Amino acid sequence: MKGTLKRLARVFVGYGIKILSLLLAVSVISFTLVSASPVDPVQQYILGLGTAVSPEQRAEIESYWGVHEPPAERYLTWLSQVLRGNLGESAIFRRPVADIIGERFVNSLALMLCAWVLAGITGFALGCVMGMYQGRLPDRLLKKACYVLSSVPTFWLGLVFLLVFSVWLKWFPIGFSSPVGVLSREVTLWQKLHHLALPAFTLSFLSFANIALHTRQKLVDVLNSEYVLFAKARGEGPFTILRRHGLRNILLPALTLQFASFAELFGGSVLAENVFSYPGLGSAVSAAGLQGDVPLLLGITLFSALFVCAGNLIANLLYGAVDPQIREVGK
Amino acid sequence: MKQANRRTKLVVLTAAMVLVLAVIYACGILIPEEAAAGSFLNAKLPPSLRHPFGTDALGRDLFLRTLKGLSVSMTIGLAASAISAVIAVLVGAASAAGSRGVDAVLNWLIDLVMGVPHTILILLISFALGRGLNGLLAGIAATHWCSLARLIRGEVLQLRSQQYVAVSRRLGKSSGWIMLYHLLPHLAPQFVVGLVLMFPHAILHEASISFLGFGLPPEQPAIGIILAESMRYLSAGMWWMAVLPGLTLVSIVLLVDKAGEHLKTLLDPYSAQE
Amino acid sequence: MEQTRKALLEMRNISVSFRMYGRGLEQTDLRVISDLHLTVYPGEIVAIAGSSGSGKSLLASAILGILPPNAAVRGDLQYKGEALTPERQKWIRGREIALVPQSVAYLDPLMKVGPQTDGYYKPTKKRRMLFERLQLPASVERLYPFQLSGGMARRVLVSTALVTGARLIIADEPTPGMSIEQALEALRMFREMADEGKSVILITHDIDLAVEFADRVAVFYAGTTVETAPASDFKAGPEALRHPYSKALWKALPQNGFEPIPGFQPYAGNLPEGCLFAPRCPYKTEQCEKQVPPMLEIRGGEARCFHGA
Repeated sequence: MKGTLKRLARVFVGYGIKILSLLLAVSVISFTLVSASPVDPVQQYILGLGTAVSPEQRAEIESYWGVHEPPAERYLTWLSQVLRGNLGESAIFRRPVADIIGERFVNSLALMLCAWVLAGITGFALGCVMGMYQGRLPDRLLKKACYVLSSVPTFWLGLVFLLVFSVWLKWFPIGFSSPVGVLSREVTLWQKLHHLALPAFTLSFLSFANIALHTRQKLVDVLNSEYVLFAKARGEGPFTILRRHGLRNILLPALTLQFASFAELFGGSVLAENVFSYPGLGSAVSAAGLQGDVPLLLGITLFSALFVCAGNLIANLLYGAVDPQIREVGK
Repeated sequence: MKQANRRTKLVVLTAAMVLVLAVIYACGILIPEEAAAGSFLNAKLPPSLRHPFGTDALGRDLFLRTLKGLSVSMTIGLAASAISAVIAVLVGAASAAGSRGVDAVLNWLIDLVMGVPHTILILLISFALGRGLNGLLAGIAATHWCSLARLIRGEVLQLRSQQYVAVSRRLGKSSGWIMLYHLLPHLAPQFVVGLVLMFPHAILHEASISFLGFGLPPEQPAIGIILAESMRYLSAGMWWMAVLPGLTLVSIVLLVDKAGEHLKTLLDPYSAQE
Repeated sequence: MEQTRKALLEMRNISVSFRMYGRGLEQTDLRVISDLHLTVYPGEIVAIAGSSGSGKSLLASAILGILPPNAAVRGDLQYKGEALTPERQKWIRGREIALVPQSVAYLDPLMKVGPQTDGYYKPTKKRRMLFERLQLPASVERLYPFQLSGGMARRVLVSTALVTGARLIIADEPTPGMSIEQALEALRMFREMADEGKSVILITHDIDLAVEFADRVAVFYAGTTVETAPASDFKAGPEALRHPYSKALWKALPQNGFEPIPGFQPYAGNLPEGCLFAPRCPYKTEQCEKQVPPMLEIRGGEARCFHGA
């Protein structure tokens, strides 16, 4: 047990150093990219104020942004602020970026979590069905469907769902995370879920075909293994084998893969949120990019990298904790 | 005999697919801008024989616009995949052939690119280059090379440990000679197949980014832009604007993907045996 | 005298072939076991001895009915005097007939040894006693298969079969990796079971071991049994044996002169038309190359040879 803890600690430290180096690199690269942009953040900020500014005020804003300082110095100033938790002020929303990220992440998290769980469960179940019926009709049909689905862009699927379920069938509202014109305090949980359902359903289509195909492949490998042959020789039927050996050997790799797919999930949520006008990080980042809101763009980029790293960290730890060949070595 | 038949069939099938793609591409390029331009008299028409995909709010024919959009998407997709595949080969080969330090740095670089959601990274690059075509191209090219680079790294590592490569080295052949005669013949198919399989992804990304408004300017007929416009008219019941161009995009992507799989079978018979 | 006893397992003219798909619609049948005869009586150990690549391991799968779907079995297979249909095979697996697999790869890598040995029917108490007899420490049940040493793994594999109380045990190469004492202990357990009236099929490439512990030895060549003889005949020497391959095999043993047999064992898909051993046989005639010889009773054993003596 002690050995395991020690090894976990070592994994944590090693991975922590890597995450820090990656985040630092992301900050340098994204800062360089936005600095290279022809979009003038000061101009955008002033536009966002909506009022005319005097030359003195403009100069003040410019010095706040450090326009006249060399880029490296500007970067260091920005970084030191970020490390103190100050991500700057958003030009569109006129509020601290950190607050906006915090608020919107709650919405995005609800969306991504629902989609993630839904995609994970349906994908895994379908993968098991395909694996059990390997080479037969259900497997062939589902495999074709999965291949087609993986070529369908998320945003178009969202449009079609919107058309079918909201416009024609009127089952779901057209967009936003709550009914328009209702105070946020008065929105019920049911209303929130009602608005969340279709975007989450759409987003789940992004990855479930992938999970299903991966699970199928793993299950086929397991079913062709010598230990399953031996289990058959001992009188275990197909479903006993799935329960005793199949799930044991494929469930946790699938879960690991799920955690490692946070990048696609986040990317997909940008599109899904835009289709459904869902007020999360994804719609904020595209708005920030379109309207030249540099602090918000940088903030969300850093946050998304942190989010992906967290997923990868969990995946790595799971991988180590699950496989006894790795886990027991420490003992 | 039968094997030859099957192979020939596959070649013909793949050629037919490529031909269809080429025809669509040529149509998109050759159709003059004015052909798609419409008048308000024909605005918002549902699909008919005259306008197979209907018309949009400005009365433009959506079928022609979709074709033009597809050719734009294909151009960008092909260019971006080609750049990406070259990056992948360079990184993969350098990573496998270089010292352990180089390998570690390049692996870290791959982790870095994989560590930011691609949509976000493309948005940033597009933002840096002032949106438009260049940003789109650079963004897609910069994000699609990682998995192919890993594949090629593995391939080169495996090839280097082969007996015949070791024999050539003993015989005093230069590493350039080995590269040319032993590694290149194995890497070329990987490169082509990787490129073709990257192509549909690149098209999908192009459409997504244009949809978000970061790609081509709104007057350009790109699929993503048509679909973004269609959003405004969804509740008005103009289903054809969203459904038909999207469906065409999906069919093209499936076609390219299938052609890529066939090409893989033709170029790399071992992997096709499964 | 053996004919009066009732056979537990009887195989007549058993052939196993695999349907292989080439490219397209081409298919070829690959025959891996041809016209195999083997009878197992209660209370005996029958060794199946032959070099690797002769299809010995598939025999166990064929008896248990767990061949892959593209395999086809032809011939007459009987257990306790009744045809062994797929339904009966399903029932007897793990109950009446148990398999001792070749290696630790046949154990689920993520399942601890204890529950894994218990299997589906969970005879935990009996298994603990067995472990003690096989000198496996109690803590072994909490280990994963990869943590077992070679010898431990063997003993665990043997106990997976012994714990079931099966009437017939098919042991597929059960002894490699064990120390000589452990191997002897495992084989002694098989002997003990046989003396209690159960039967053991011992698949092995180690002829010395087979001869030492088995009652009868079946010599396996290119997917068929060329000779079945009492184990004592192998101790007696080539004169007591019936088939030219058995004789050659005896002479190839290190203690008997180490004389190699010229030529190679034919592979499935490339089998000769007549007697499978004809291409390497010094006594072959035209008849041998055209016709498959029948299994003939010779001096209390059986051999598949026109010239058997």
